Amino acid sequence: MTMNPYRTQRIAFFFLFLANAVILLLVGLIVAVIVQKGLPGVTWEFLSDIPRQGMRAGGIFPAIIGTLYLVAGAILFALPIGLLAAVYLSEYAKDNALTRLIKLAIVNLAGVPSVVYGLFGLALFVVFFKFGASILSGSLTLGIMILPLIITASREALESVPQSFREVSLSLGASKWQTIWHIVLPNAIPGILTGTILGIGRAAGETAPILFTVAAFYLPLLPGSIFDQVMALPYHLYVISTQVPNVDERIRYGTAFVLLALVLIMNLIAIVVRYRFRMKKKW
Amino acid sequence: MVKFAIDNLDIRFGAVHAVRRVSMEIFDHEILTVIGPSNSGKTTFLRTLDRMNDLQPNFKMSGSAAFDGEDIRKMDVQDLRRRVGMVFALPLPLPLSIFDNVAYGPRMHGLPGGKRLLSRVEDALMSAYLWEEVKDRLHESAFKLSGGQQQRLCIARTLAVEPEVILFDEPCSGLDPISTAKVEDAMLKLKQRYTLVLVTNNVMQAARVGDRTAFFLSGELIEIDKTDKIFTGPNDKRTDDYIRGRFG
Repeated sequence: MTMNPYRTQRIAFFFLFLANAVILLLVGLIVAVIVQKGLPGVTWEFLSDIPRQGMRAGGIFPAIIGTLYLVAGAILFALPIGLLAAVYLSEYAKDNALTRLIKLAIVNLAGVPSVVYGLFGLALFVVFFKFGASILSGSLTLGIMILPLIITASREALESVPQSFREVSLSLGASKWQTIWHIVLPNAIPGILTGTILGIGRAAGETAPILFTVAAFYLPLLPGSIFDQVMALPYHLYVISTQVPNVDERIRYGTAFVLLALVLIMNLIAIVVRYRFRMKKKW
Repeated sequence: MVKFAIDNLDIRFGAVHAVRRVSMEIFDHEILTVIGPSNSGKTTFLRTLDRMNDLQPNFKMSGSAAFDGEDIRKMDVQDLRRRVGMVFALPLPLPLSIFDNVAYGPRMHGLPGGKRLLSRVEDALMSAYLWEEVKDRLHESAFKLSGGQQQRLCIARTLAVEPEVILFDEPCSGLDPISTAKVEDAMLKLKQRYTLVLVTNNVMQAARVGDRTAFFLSGELIEIDKTDKIFTGPNDKRTDDYIRGRFG
């Protein structure tokens, strides 16, 4: 039997469509369930009040603030270091076996389970540096966790800037650093922001890395300094879902909804910034 | 006056022997055209002069090349490239506006913005015969220009640095005949102020603009002489065969 190319294409198209439909359905279901069960519980009071009655009433304000601090701290730490490391790896490091090994190791670090980062943070920041369980320890731990993501994404963004741009800049007598600063980096920013978006999502959502390093079980106060503990949304969600009996479903799903919305909003900001840079891009 | 003195230049990229024991001189205010088939080493030779080959992995060079009597390998590479500009085969505008493309070099060398930068950009665009076409759209993206305009923009960008030598690497290979004629006109005018080295696959172009012509084959310099001599009575039969289109 000869293959009918038209039919082959239809079959291929069907499976491509099917794969997308499955993904859409799953994501849609998750969002639908959380919105349906969580949205009724999300009131102004829920967003702005401290938890009350053993977390069975009141709001989640301290956990929202805690997560915002932790994400901001993690990005503040990981973005500059990650970017500088990526610039070094893609622009300065010689392409030899050692460099390739380092790149491979960094890519693989992105796959290390988050609880391992948690234990590492506990040993290094909490115990060895004596930061204690604190925003500082938690942010640094989350920062280290998202470093590989940011390095890898930034490196790919830098390497996707055409080599010819570098040659032109150098041929005009610009230094290597001028070339990186004026030509390579501006054109890599959208890709770097993509890595940052992924990092934000991961830092906001992970529970294990903050478990030992910062997260408070119940602390209805706002932190006074970076050496204080805070509540954080993912850990709070875990606590009220498994550790505290008889928490109303509206509070549990409401917390999940807020966490989801928070990540979405932070991503949106990064996406808008990225979009503006893409518009400025002239090639 | 001798601008470049090349002595026994030998270049390898790993196992590839790109240029073989080439010795020649390039004089002030001449247009030297370099012809030869693909893989004859002419572009590699050209990229030696502003040390762009340094960027290639496994690049090995022996022999010497001196610029104004100074060994180029002992010179500060940024200073060398400021004095020896390059126009590439394809039009390669930077992802910036027309103005910023031309201003890029002067800015990198510390010329502050303002009147001097403006007049430097204007002069460069005029010398590249582009000013009239772009003077009302200087702040548009350089990518909005046609291919021929982009290549003249690249020439203007190189001129704005005020080099002493300009290296052209097949600058018209992607251009239509009218754009090519404009670029050639620009080169002939530029000769008064600059030394030009033009690598070209277009033998007729070499005949039109060259004062002297060098013929490369398989990495060797076969012959270098006045362009008229090369095209009317070359010393080597292979040169004659090439310009008559018998091979390559």
